[in-house]
Amino acid sequence: MPAERAAGLAPVTRFLATETGKGWLTISPPLLYAMLLLIGPIIVIVANSFWSQDYLTIDRTFTLENYKAALTEPIYRDLLMRSLFVSVTVAFVTVILAYPVAWFVSFHGGRYKGLWLFIITVPFWSGYLLRILSWKVILGYKGVLNETLLYLGVIAEPLSWLIYNVNAVIITLAHSWAAFAILPLFVSLEKLDRSLLEAAADLGDGPLRRFLRITLPLTMPGIVAALMIVMIPTVGDYVTPKLVGGKDGVMIANAIQVQFGKASNWPLGAALAVSTMIIVSMVAGAIVLLLAGLKRMLK
Amino acid sequence: MSAAPIAKRILSAYVIFYVAILYFPVLLLPVFSFNDSATPKLPLVGFTFKWYESLSGNAAMQGAAWNSLIVGVSAAVLSTVLGICAARAITRHRFRGLGAASSLIMAPLILPEIIIAISLLVVLLGLGLQLSLVTVILGHLLICVPYSVTVLVSGFEGFDPSMEEASRDLGETSFGTLRRVTLPMLAPSIVSSLLVTFTISLDEFILAFFLSGTEPTLPVYIWGQLRFAAKLPNVLALGSILIAASLVLLTAAELFRRRAERKMELRP
Repeated sequence: MPAERAAGLAPVTRFLATETGKGWLTISPPLLYAMLLLIGPIIVIVANSFWSQDYLTIDRTFTLENYKAALTEPIYRDLLMRSLFVSVTVAFVTVILAYPVAWFVSFHGGRYKGLWLFIITVPFWSGYLLRILSWKVILGYKGVLNETLLYLGVIAEPLSWLIYNVNAVIITLAHSWAAFAILPLFVSLEKLDRSLLEAAADLGDGPLRRFLRITLPLTMPGIVAALMIVMIPTVGDYVTPKLVGGKDGVMIANAIQVQFGKASNWPLGAALAVSTMIIVSMVAGAIVLLLAGLKRMLK
Repeated sequence: MSAAPIAKRILSAYVIFYVAILYFPVLLLPVFSFNDSATPKLPLVGFTFKWYESLSGNAAMQGAAWNSLIVGVSAAVLSTVLGICAARAITRHRFRGLGAASSLIMAPLILPEIIIAISLLVVLLGLGLQLSLVTVILGHLLICVPYSVTVLVSGFEGFDPSMEEASRDLGETSFGTLRRVTLPMLAPSIVSSLLVTFTISLDEFILAFFLSGTEPTLPVYIWGQLRFAAKLPNVLALGSILIAASLVLLTAAELFRRRAERKMELRP
């Protein structure tokens, strides 16, 4: 018996001795973990979104009702649209503001490049909740900004439109994600062949032409990556709308949380989550295509 | 020719302004945490330590701090172990499917955390598990592993695989090579990975919020306190301590990362 079993296992041991086998064996612990705790749960959520719930019992007959609610009920449709608008705006604002900084570090950072990147990325890692709370303190009716402007005599009474709206959410998120946008931009600028810029300068191209025809197209992969890693996570932000968004700044994550909390309608919450991911992926795809077109045009 | 220096000066000024705005909200709250006023507003009234002093007798806060420590240390150690496996496969093996496998491992980096949180919540509750610190650790592992991998990939790239081959040729077993060659060479990157992932876990809110049940971590505790306006100065004091701790941990991580880089430069 043991010999037979060994013979049955022979192909497996042979496979594990090959380069491919060794590679799969080495990567298997983190890969299995991601399969079990990421892919598995996401499949369950997708399944849930096609079920329905009656009080505490889940009815597993297939239904599209949740998606109908998620995509047609005005409240959810508006929240989805607003979340998309916020995340796309935040992505572009962060990338545009971060690009010159990434440029500076790459071209003028010298031997302090590492230190610059460290200084810029550190705030991103420390006090996620506290940074958002801080914006509440800055933008509030009796907040730091209003008090300062009053003191300087710029305004006669506090501005009430600074906080509890979509703008406050956008400002806070753009600040939170600034550091994340710098890294891919910096990497793509580092890869840029500097001799191309010198050649263009020698041939008489001005700074603007050099930027539009060389730097921008060649760093497009970095720009796309930066847009994506800001846009996709921010579409589901929960804390920022809750703290500085007020009634007009509520986003889809808040509605999802309610379905998994107080309202306790998991299938609807699941459908909202899946719809958000599908729509944000489609928008991401459209932006990638658009920027690829722009790149071809510039070249 | 004078255009270039002016452009550079404008750019430098912009960068300084940008960094100042990045740090302003982070450093503002610690300022208010020393202010002798129950609400965080200007003008500052007077200097006080009382918000910090009143933290010391707060049992709920200390319980949350203990929970955060347990979760942070577990997530850091486990994600670094998983990160070593992934980083080794990425740097030392070439095989079909490597790209797909590593993208899957790195995916939590860009997924909205709320999606990860609700998916895990549904599955864990569906399996009949109680929410506890263990479930928070399981969630934190998902988001910590990608950062471990990033740090450790550069660690593996930093030393020559021929050193491991030499060790095996000289008769060391695979385990002996791992213990006596690979791990010592990787040590600075491993420490850096532990510190970074601990900091991420310490700071993480959404997953902990959904998965922590009745045992809050520090950010979940802070979130609960935000409902009470009177508790705000204490929250600011606690938050300032957390920010200071993160800064120290991250600086240490960076110093270890640099040490790993220097080791690489010494390579013949």
